[in-house]
Amino acid sequence: MNVVVCVKQIPDPADPGALDPNTKTLKRDGKLILDESDSYGVEMALQLVDAAGSGEVTLVSMAPNGEVSGLRTALAMGAAKAVLVSDDALAGSDALGTSKVLAKAIARAGEADLILTATESSDGYTGTVPEQIAELLQLPSVTFAKEIAVDGSTLKVQRQTEAGYDEVECPLPAVVSVTAGVVEPRYPSFKGIMAAKSKPVDQVTIADLGIDAASVGWAGAGQEIVEIAQAEAREAGTIIEDDGEAFAQVVKFLDDLKVV
Amino acid sequence: MIEFREEHHQFRALIRDLVDNEINANADEWEAAGEFPAHQVFKAFGSVGALGIEYDPEYGGGGAEHTFTMIFGEEIGRSSSLGIAMALAVQSDMATPALHSFGSHELKDKYLTPAVAGDMVTAIGVSEPDAGSDVAALRTRAVRDGDEWIINGSKLWITNGLQADWVCLLVRTSDEGGYKGMSQIVVPTTSEGFSVSRKLDKLGMRASDTAELIFTDMRVPVSNTIGEVGRGFQQQMNQFQNERMIAAYQMVGAVETALERTAQYLKERNAFGSPLLANQAIQYELAEISAHLEVLRHHNWAAVAAFNAGADITRHATVAKLLSARLARRMADAAVQYHGGMGYVEDNWPARFFRDTRLWSIGGGADEVMLRTLARLDPIGA
Ligand SMILES: Cc1cc2nc3c(=O)[nH]c(=O)nc-3n(C[C@H](O)[C@H](O)[C@H](O)COP(=O)(O)OP(=O)(O)OC[C@H]3O[C@@H](n4cnc5c(N)ncnc54)[C@H](O)[C@@H]3O)c2cc1C
Repeated sequence: MNVVVCVKQIPDPADPGALDPNTKTLKRDGKLILDESDSYGVEMALQLVDAAGSGEVTLVSMAPNGEVSGLRTALAMGAAKAVLVSDDALAGSDALGTSKVLAKAIARAGEADLILTATESSDGYTGTVPEQIAELLQLPSVTFAKEIAVDGSTLKVQRQTEAGYDEVECPLPAVVSVTAGVVEPRYPSFKGIMAAKSKPVDQVTIADLGIDAASVGWAGAGQEIVEIAQAEAREAGTIIEDDGEAFAQVVKFLDDLKVV
Repeated sequence: MIEFREEHHQFRALIRDLVDNEINANADEWEAAGEFPAHQVFKAFGSVGALGIEYDPEYGGGGAEHTFTMIFGEEIGRSSSLGIAMALAVQSDMATPALHSFGSHELKDKYLTPAVAGDMVTAIGVSEPDAGSDVAALRTRAVRDGDEWIINGSKLWITNGLQADWVCLLVRTSDEGGYKGMSQIVVPTTSEGFSVSRKLDKLGMRASDTAELIFTDMRVPVSNTIGEVGRGFQQQMNQFQNERMIAAYQMVGAVETALERTAQYLKERNAFGSPLLANQAIQYELAEISAHLEVLRHHNWAAVAAFNAGADITRHATVAKLLSARLARRMADAAVQYHGGMGYVEDNWPARFFRDTRLWSIGGGADEVMLRTLARLDPIGA
């Protein structure tokens, strides 16, 4: 079983840098790391390939400046190879532009039985790329997976909902977005890190993928960031004095949040 | 010079994650309990190959250069429990280097491989009640009886002593006296005649268990001897170089973290109408610590480069151990002082940091022992 995982390399959330006031986008010229949201997809892919007993995990990423450090992390976890699309013309790409590029890169990655993504990236949060990729590739799209099993050529997904989960089935290949936190991503090992150095990263430009520069980047963006504003400061929390009955208030609070 | 490549950064990120998830997440609880689950924590570090980074892959090691050991040391030094960092360093760089360098294949197969994997916990048994700084004064005696050693004596201050599966024990195997006639022996803690007589209640490093061990007619196969019979002292002196370097690497991470956290606190804490950090008196002390830290870091790099080139690093290790300990104490004092009352209570990190770092000038050879060694290496007088 061959699984392609779309992974984003993002500025380290511990040291996130700044927004560019001109382009109104996040500055991405520093070192990038593997988006934690994507580590769950990588882990799930590795587990599925393990369970199948054959095949491999291929990564697909679009990033500026030929950045590979996030890819190396996922390769160190056990992915076999990667396709990296890096091209100056991609700066300013909106969600659809990104999806077009990733769809082409997935095709370049070879025959895939399954394509995994995160539900959304930790630095962009549009949450629309997985469905757009599926549409562009003319494949079924399943979202918010918490568990994935393969039965012959059928995919069985537990799709997370507010109330619990739905059981969804579709034929393979398919594009599935994986909910963060549903598996425990393995640590890359020292041997994995050393092995990752020599794993192939196929670095390509949009020309290599046959993409017209006018359809991506600033040029092709149908979305525009009109304004950026400081997020409102978080309101002060509520302190509940425990008079022996505080649990009732805590339960109500959690109930309102729909987490219990 | 040493060169940092992508794999070094990846490895650093890996150890940082492990420290956060496997140590820091539980450190307060383990510090309060006065012990930590060594087998659980060592397994987590062993599974990623962090406990035998430089060792022969035949025994599960990574076959890597020493640079990775330095990164490992710096990162465990950032942990919020230096006691657990020390316990890990005992396993990776104090109890096992001699076995790796001098042990027979069979001995390594049986004891090094599981230590590297994190399946066995190890300890280093050198110090005795009457032999700490003066290692040549040790008295624990092994007498040969056919294929076995019969060992009698005791060891004091043994880190991991309550949880260890085996101890790298330095004992006398002849009556030559002084530094002659000693041997290193792998002693399984299940050996008959082995006992832990007490757990020591310490000022700091409280999550780490430290024990007194007693050996009463304890029988261990002669084949458990590491390297040559009679060469134990020399082998141990060699092993001490690793011990001293890993101690100094840890202090780079520890001091750097403490400096960052202290500056952050002082930025937010106001007195006399401005942040405390705005005071030059405080800025200058932190700047000086930062300058010393930079020199230590670069000295460590020089040591790593020498080690990678196969040179003798005795002088490097001695200087690094001495100066890293003194710097850590200076940082700890500044952290407590500038946090004021907040630095003196158990709720905040400086109190633990202050207690823990104090050990660096005592363990692994006290400051004065480092100075004694230096005075002998250099023609200063002695
Ligand atoms: C928490 C902890 C963990 C330890 N873990 C281990 C372990 O795992 N394995 C192990 O074998 N040992 C271990 N030790 C022992 C440690 O290595 C010794 O404590 C250390 O070597 C000092 O020996 P000592 O305590 O006997 O002090 P002493 O030798 O009695 O020295 C006392 C002090 O005298 C001074 N001094 C000594 N020699 C000189 C000199 N020549 N000139 C001037 N001043 C001098 C120093 O200030 C020294 O601190 C540990 C100790 C502690 C506290």
